[in-house]
Amino acid sequence: MNNKQNITALISGLLFGLGLSISQMIDRERVIGFLNVTGKWDATLMFVLGGAVGVTIITFRFILPLKHPIFDSKFYLPTRQDIDGKLILGAVIFGIGWGISGFCPGPAITSLIQLSFNPIIFILAFIGGSFASQLLTKSKLKE
Amino acid sequence: MLIESSWINGLIGGIFIGISATVLLAFNGRIAGISGMINGALEFTFSQVWRWYFLGGMLLGGLIYEYLLPLPNTPRYDFNLISMIIGGFLVGFGTRIGNGCTSGHGVCGLGRLSVRSLIAVISFLASGMITVFIITDILS
Repeated sequence: MNNKQNITALISGLLFGLGLSISQMIDRERVIGFLNVTGKWDATLMFVLGGAVGVTIITFRFILPLKHPIFDSKFYLPTRQDIDGKLILGAVIFGIGWGISGFCPGPAITSLIQLSFNPIIFILAFIGGSFASQLLTKSKLKE
Repeated sequence: MLIESSWINGLIGGIFIGISATVLLAFNGRIAGISGMINGALEFTFSQVWRWYFLGGMLLGGLIYEYLLPLPNTPRYDFNLISMIIGGFLVGFGTRIGNGCTSGHGVCGLGRLSVRSLIAVISFLASGMITVFIITDILS
């Protein structure tokens, strides 16, 4: 890991945080408004995801066939392609937490700048949940 | 105010996020998935330092928006301890088991045309919508 890669990560993170702020996805009520399909539906999140995927679906087509990324010798990509229960169970549990809090990990990180308790407690609980799932998977492996 | 309509804001913000994911993949060969970014950063190893730069950039982006751009500030809400603890725990637990969140599976996974990610996105959108329905229409 070198400086060029760290600066790239910083710039990429900056664009990500700007994008979340401009789209107001760090506003929890907007996210809950999108998930609230039977109430006063707020379509904003659909445009955010559409705009983001609209870009990646085009650019990734040109990047992924390359032999290696510009600053590294290889791509670090997920290799699994199987659909298993863990994938779906994990996504469903995530969705429940998302609906309860109105936060997914990205917006929670960027809204830390508000210095309000909500994102701080959310991130601490996120870390707790992540460690708990690690403990659970490890104890299952031992059995 | 530069931009009035929320869907135009959404589209422009989304394009920024797409460009962010493009930059990280093209230069570093990495996926811009935020749940994995946090989990990797917390390993506190030298090879994961770049993840702290990315997370720092996310804060910087938020600060630039709130303090430098002539755009409306993000609303603040009352502290909601119970939703944050339960919601945060479930999001941390679920994204670790399911290997990703809205960014990793949504923005990057769909961009890679991954079927695994498509199934994950459908699952968390559906469960999120059902959860909000239960909370707003049944519980209250």
